[in-house]
Amino acid sequence: MTAQLTIEDFSLVFRTRHGTVRALEDVSLSVERGEIVGVVGESGSGKSVLAYAVMGLQDAAARVQGGRILFGGLDMLGAGEQALADVRGRELAMIFQSPRTALNPIRKVGAQIEDILREHANLPSRELRKHAIAALARVRIPDPERRYNAYPFELSGGMCQRVMIAMALACSPFLLIADEPTTGLDVTTQAVIMDLIRDMSRDQRMSTLLITHDLGLAGEYCDRIAVMHAGHMVEIAPVEELLSRPAHPYTRQLLAATPTPRSTVEGLVSIPGQLPDLRRDLPPCRFSARCERHVALCDEAPLPWTSLSATHLVRCRVPL
Amino acid sequence: MSRAATLGRNIGHAFGENRLTLVAVAILLVLLVCAAFGTALAPYDPLMTDSTAKMSPPSGLHLFGTDALGRDILSRVVVAARLDLGMAISAVVLSFVLGLALGAVAGYFGGWADRIIGRLMDTIMAFPLFVLAMGIVAALGNSVLNIILATMIINLPFYCRFARGEVNVRREMGYVEAARMGGNRALPVLVNHIIPNILPAMMVQASLNMGWAILNAAGLSFIGLGVRPPTPEWGIMVSEGASFIISGEWWTFVFPGAALVLAVFCFNLLGDGLRDLLDPRRRV
Amino acid sequence: MAFLWKRLLGTIPSLLGVIVVTFLLSHALPGDPAAYFAGPAANAASIAEVRTKLGLDQPLPVQFLRYVGDLAHGDLGNSLTTGQAVTTDLLQRLPASLELTFYALVFAVALAIPMGVWAATKPDSLVDHLCRASVSVAAAFPTFFVGLLLVYIFYFLLDIAPEPVGRLNEILYTAPPHVTGAYTLDALIAGDFATFRACLAQLVLPAISLGLFALAPIARITRASMLQALGSDFTRTARAGGLPRGKILITYAFRNALLPVSNVLGMVFSFLLGSNVLIEQVYGWQGIGAYAVTAVLASDYAAVQGFVLMMAVLYVLLNLLVDLLGTVIDPRVRFEA
Repeated sequence: MTAQLTIEDFSLVFRTRHGTVRALEDVSLSVERGEIVGVVGESGSGKSVLAYAVMGLQDAAARVQGGRILFGGLDMLGAGEQALADVRGRELAMIFQSPRTALNPIRKVGAQIEDILREHANLPSRELRKHAIAALARVRIPDPERRYNAYPFELSGGMCQRVMIAMALACSPFLLIADEPTTGLDVTTQAVIMDLIRDMSRDQRMSTLLITHDLGLAGEYCDRIAVMHAGHMVEIAPVEELLSRPAHPYTRQLLAATPTPRSTVEGLVSIPGQLPDLRRDLPPCRFSARCERHVALCDEAPLPWTSLSATHLVRCRVPL
Repeated sequence: MSRAATLGRNIGHAFGENRLTLVAVAILLVLLVCAAFGTALAPYDPLMTDSTAKMSPPSGLHLFGTDALGRDILSRVVVAARLDLGMAISAVVLSFVLGLALGAVAGYFGGWADRIIGRLMDTIMAFPLFVLAMGIVAALGNSVLNIILATMIINLPFYCRFARGEVNVRREMGYVEAARMGGNRALPVLVNHIIPNILPAMMVQASLNMGWAILNAAGLSFIGLGVRPPTPEWGIMVSEGASFIISGEWWTFVFPGAALVLAVFCFNLLGDGLRDLLDPRRRV
Repeated sequence: MAFLWKRLLGTIPSLLGVIVVTFLLSHALPGDPAAYFAGPAANAASIAEVRTKLGLDQPLPVQFLRYVGDLAHGDLGNSLTTGQAVTTDLLQRLPASLELTFYALVFAVALAIPMGVWAATKPDSLVDHLCRASVSVAAAFPTFFVGLLLVYIFYFLLDIAPEPVGRLNEILYTAPPHVTGAYTLDALIAGDFATFRACLAQLVLPAISLGLFALAPIARITRASMLQALGSDFTRTARAGGLPRGKILITYAFRNALLPVSNVLGMVFSFLLGSNVLIEQVYGWQGIGAYAVTAVLASDYAAVQGFVLMMAVLYVLLNLLVDLLGTVIDPRVRFEA
């Protein structure tokens, strides 16, 4: 297999008025062709920051401190704005949470899809409409000719997210980044949207990076899962292995806090403590303050990766 | 970040809004002192004509020069502060009080009171405001008092609508609800619990409004309403000086005009500063 | 089409309010209205004559019905100063005022919107601070003072502007044949480019003085709503779709920012129509504002009331236009109606 996306030792900080926030530190991850990889963590863990960095859409206050992001053959950190704009929407696409606000409220959804096609697909103008409607049909929107003329406020949240997916997939990208794509949608719609994303990536041999706080959701749809905590990647494993044999104490706590069809409310455990303040001096393991397995060795830098198998990596001195 | 942006940010900090507000306050104090002690401060009698010194340009003797009748322009500008600021401040105070009262009634009681008051304000707002002020002064009679009244009326909707909105929101809040449950009648609830909470925001509104009130009053006297010559007033002085533009006697209209600009600018700055102080998020 | 009717019907309460207020201003105020209408030179006999002629001896509701009836016939009474029907006077002078206001608005919008957009694309930059500073300074200048300053600088000192003698220097040029009443338009229709240029030259300074005050609110709201649109989720989506910068700026951000901008236009029109009076006074412009000032000073009552009413109706119609513009910009408004 060849890697579609490679992130190596990537570090990023935010310069703010109240100090420097070390949002990401030494993050490494790769996504193979056709693979669905989940990035899971609490809010504030840096998973969305990572997603935006891959797109090259980071905030103006963000500063890359080191590492590399390779997309196909392209060095995303070194590429100019023009090269990035050329890749975005064509080879690399993204969908967001709250799809209603993510669409232009005063432009017909069909026209918004055409904007992407016109820019990247090299089609004659008269073909645009046909392709836009086809894109809507592909995401199983009923009556796509009529929906082509709809404004976002006339559609439900789930329908808007389908339009977003249609837009993202219009040019058959190699990698789709889905940032909490089902947040704010009702449960049945969530499943429909996730099934759609999975089917699309299978059909088109497209890689997917699924950003979510919901380990259960990631467990259901991903091939591999990477767990993030406070800007660190703490564990990466194939999905069955991670769910059945979590090695990092944080992963285990996340699992315990994830509802399953069999769990009861009493059985759910919340994760003790809070994320550390990323503006302060931090210990090598940023989870140490919340960890019941903490030992003296944990405070020795650098914190190494431990291989439990060829595909299961954990960044902990005392893995489970 | 580009160099222009960094430079801009530095300038922004150096002349930070707060310092600018302080400057505005200082200039306003000077203007208020002029308004209070104008006749004592003025080097000459503002009404005294001098046929030997007609139209003399600014000099050591007459810092701002003299007008067509030989009157000292500096003295007239200083003395006029009382009338100009007086008209604007009284108009704003009046519309503040009346607007607050009407708005509080509309917002607290709702229903018919709200509908009638709202309709009234909408009707005022249906006119271009300066035109309405002209019409009012023309109808009520050409006097300073009526200028104040007209300026008051055209400012009323801003205060009334603002107060109505705030009262309406606060009416439903816990502490007001509690006071009502406790058996308090409407008036004490309004006076003790609601109005004190909306006063700061209303004050900001008022200081932002002052500059506009000054412009309106001066505009009315510029076209010859209200203030009669030879009374010193900035608007009418500009109007008197206007005829000498073509012959180049710029000082006759520039100094009173500059006084107007200064006063308006200071009130605007003060209003912006107060607003930032009260609610930093609303900065635009 | 239904929403259009709804908007049109929505203006009726405003128009009704306007009519009631102008009626009250002329019939129900302290003093003797008959004395007002008869003018300052009247004696007891002529006042009594005016009273019966105008029905001022009738009860107020009757007077009101009569007033509305007259309005329905376009009758605003007669002017004491010109001796003509007020309606005729006003309609004759209206194109001059409309032309001036139109150019002022074009000037303000053409300058303020690019300024606001530019400032929003570079928040906190030197450009941004300069924009904000110049806009606040412009807002502090009384229109009439700006008008005089511009005349002094560009006519007296630099001698590049024509003499401020109104719409056209009639010693050098003859007014174009009357078609629309707007001189620049009529000159173009007549194919008389020399006169067109002369009319335009006369318009430049008054239009700038009038437009300057409208600059501040438009630029401010453009900057604020552009900033909001540029920071919005849908702009981020457009960037994630790799759309070109110009497309993101115009089709995505700017079009969305336009709705708040169109909302302040109502306030801007209020300024422009009001300040018209002052600017016409400064530049000797023969519009309805200058007519009203003469009327006010001569206590020419019917003329003043007619002017106030006409301005208010104009303002209501302009607001209706802005409203309709809003529905063109934003489909949501259309569907709500």
